[in-house]
Amino acid sequence: MNSLFRLPEASTHAVTVDHIFYLLLALSGATVVLVFGLILLFAVRYRRGSKAKRGLMPEILSREFEIGWTLATLLTFIFLFWWASSADLSSLDAPPHALEIHVVAKQWMWKTQHTNGAREINALHVPLNRPVHLLMSSQDVIHSFFVPAFRVKQDVVPGRDTDIWFQASKSGTFPLLCAEYCGTNHSMMRGKIVVMRQDDYARWLTQQPEGDDLAHEGAKLFVSQGCAGCHAASSNVHAPRLAGLYGRTVQLADGRTVSADDAYIRDSILQPKRDVVAGFEPIMPSFKGLLDDGEIQSLTAYIRSLREEQQND
Amino acid sequence: MTDALLAGELPLPQRPDYLRHGSTIRSWLATTDHKRIAILYAVTITIFFFMGGAAITAVRLELFQPNGWLLTSDTYNKLFSFHGIIMVWFFLVPSIPNTFGNFLLPLMIGAPDVAFPRLNLFSWYLTIAAGAFTVYALVAGGVDTGWTFYTPYSSMFSNTHVFAAAAGVFVVGFASIATGVNFIATTHMLRAPGMTWFRLPLFVWAIYATSLIMVLATPVLAISLLLVIAERVFGLPIFDPARGGDPILFQHLFWFYSHPAVYIMVLPAMGVVSEIIPCFARRRIFGYDFMVYAMLAIAGIGFFVWGHHMFVSGQSPLASLVFSFLSFIIAVPSAIKVFNWTASLYRGQISFDSPMLYALGFVGLFTTGGLSGLFLASIPVDIHVTDTYFVVAHFHYIMVGGSVSAFFAGLHFWWPKVTGRLYPESWAKFAAILMYAGFNMTFLPQFFAGYLGMPRRYHTYPAEFQIYNVMSSAGAAVLALAYLLPLGYLTWSLFYGGKAARNPWGATGLEWTTSSPPPPKNFDRQPRVDRAPYDYHAEGMSAGTDPPEMQNARETR
Repeated sequence: MNSLFRLPEASTHAVTVDHIFYLLLALSGATVVLVFGLILLFAVRYRRGSKAKRGLMPEILSREFEIGWTLATLLTFIFLFWWASSADLSSLDAPPHALEIHVVAKQWMWKTQHTNGAREINALHVPLNRPVHLLMSSQDVIHSFFVPAFRVKQDVVPGRDTDIWFQASKSGTFPLLCAEYCGTNHSMMRGKIVVMRQDDYARWLTQQPEGDDLAHEGAKLFVSQGCAGCHAASSNVHAPRLAGLYGRTVQLADGRTVSADDAYIRDSILQPKRDVVAGFEPIMPSFKGLLDDGEIQSLTAYIRSLREEQQND
Repeated sequence: MTDALLAGELPLPQRPDYLRHGSTIRSWLATTDHKRIAILYAVTITIFFFMGGAAITAVRLELFQPNGWLLTSDTYNKLFSFHGIIMVWFFLVPSIPNTFGNFLLPLMIGAPDVAFPRLNLFSWYLTIAAGAFTVYALVAGGVDTGWTFYTPYSSMFSNTHVFAAAAGVFVVGFASIATGVNFIATTHMLRAPGMTWFRLPLFVWAIYATSLIMVLATPVLAISLLLVIAERVFGLPIFDPARGGDPILFQHLFWFYSHPAVYIMVLPAMGVVSEIIPCFARRRIFGYDFMVYAMLAIAGIGFFVWGHHMFVSGQSPLASLVFSFLSFIIAVPSAIKVFNWTASLYRGQISFDSPMLYALGFVGLFTTGGLSGLFLASIPVDIHVTDTYFVVAHFHYIMVGGSVSAFFAGLHFWWPKVTGRLYPESWAKFAAILMYAGFNMTFLPQFFAGYLGMPRRYHTYPAEFQIYNVMSSAGAAVLALAYLLPLGYLTWSLFYGGKAARNPWGATGLEWTTSSPPPPKNFDRQPRVDRAPYDYHAEGMSAGTDPPEMQNARETR
């Protein structure tokens, strides 16, 4: 399986990528054979002093050749673009029922956290045959989450949330690598992805040390950082209510509207003056430097959980 | 002065050529002769080439073992960064334009010099000053950002000499702009009577297209490096996300220069090869006007493909689609060129002298490199292989396999013209073949390693990649030998090589109508052009033999 020339195809996406890869390989191989073959053929046949027939090619003929192969390459490339891109487009968004796992990258380690709060360093256990959606942020420089066996890679950028999803199709242990150069120990920023059968995963998850789940942790931060003072339902300070906020469209004071997603919540915590909600004064202080990326993820998870409560009511 | 005045009327065979026209240090360091400036550049970039080569030798030695046996990770990072910075900006970008371009552009269009000779000399001094900054950064402790200087690592986290290195690249950028302006003006203003645009040799077109990119793209590089310096030194919040900056902004600015810069490195190489193949195939180049349009198209579209470096950066999927499409489109003119070089061999009288071997090597390596570029234009495949050794192999095929092979092709082709000496042909052929073999041994395994998931810039790596790294390092040793050989026999030829005739290859082109080496003002009388370029059909085609002039030249060799 893990032979010298083949990489395991351990996700559904890997199969798609390899199809495109092999088509490109076949086309490139054919072109190499054609070009090198012609050069060799001409080099032998028309070497200086050989008896081969010479003479000018008719001008009209050469023009036809040029137009012909220009169009042929153009159409081939447009086909390749269409094929490769349609495969990419079909896998853009994570399925809604995907398992959400949070990833924080920092020099030089991967910190992952499961929905129930279980944490891992330089490792990630995931269930087989179930879409997994990673929500990622970086605490310092740009890193890149790379699992060769899944054919997935995504930069993890400070100050932005990036995400990636995959569905593992083979159980086993696969390397997790950092692909974007991130400083002195970049090459040591490696971990492993462990793909387990779904029941094994569930068992594994319960055996992990008790950790508060992200939303619970966020709820605690919500109080300890003073957010509750203004945003809690009982507060008498004029601040937007957060229950049911996540995923809604928010009307801003300057007339714009934004969708309340992870990035919006993050921005509102770090740069509260930027997108002021209509009807409110810009009085919230910035929490820049007070919260790290993991804490922001917890708070976001808490705010997201408020949506779920709302829907359950 | 009298020489110049008389040149129009009298043939003066006893006049000193440009090499013997003054032999003091001052006559070289204050020269405004484009040919002498080309020599100054040649010496300079050779030194840079071997500096960058020494750095990568240590890197390849280190990679023999997966666990870091020779260098600390810090030293390793500094060495590959130095290798990249030196090789890109101090070797590849100036290599062909500033040496052959400087030497040949005026000769090929029948001009006595470039349009702004003093600016030409000034840009060499800028290159030297820039090199001093960069070498200072190395000796003062090095820089560890990689040649791409990605933020926020370079602007906030690296504790190395980023300022000096960025300043070096900033200054060498101005040398590049000055050279580009000079060449554009020269091509527009100084063509000999009868040298119409569509009688220009393809090398001149290549240098012209390259100059357009240099002038338009380099300022963006300068700005992006200034912003890095501004953030590091003055603390301006440009790339720091915690203060509202955008680390991805740097990547946009950087690649807006650095993708076109790939064409700065490869277009001149295409120009060189387009001179050599017709000469040794005794054929008019196939589809001259398509070749010209293809080069202009590459220069133009080259500005709109930078985003394919950023498919994994989190940019919008729509942007990725547009950049993917344009990246496929730019491969069309490159493919046209490969087909046309191949077709130029059809029904030729092909001889395999060393310049031709290097040129055919270029076509082979450029084809391989170009095809691997299609993988990088396809978004899903690119996502898997980007930042791996696949990309390292790809761009080395284009920039080293392509540009450096063409550089050596040109070096051997024009060596008799530049130095007036002949070199030992069998050594040159051997070096050409060795270079091709060594190159493929070094970089072909890297495609496999990259596809299997070995990231680039790794000081230590999972043990399963060792076999590929050992193959690659062994190939690099062969390649190093192939690069050292010409240094040896070409130096030898300077002192002991036979005297070269005016036109040892029986080539067309104005540069071959003047003496070897040329006189200080290039031509004894103003040349006039009344023929299309590459008019090899007029000579010896039907007979199947060399033209008489060529036979004489071969006998003297």
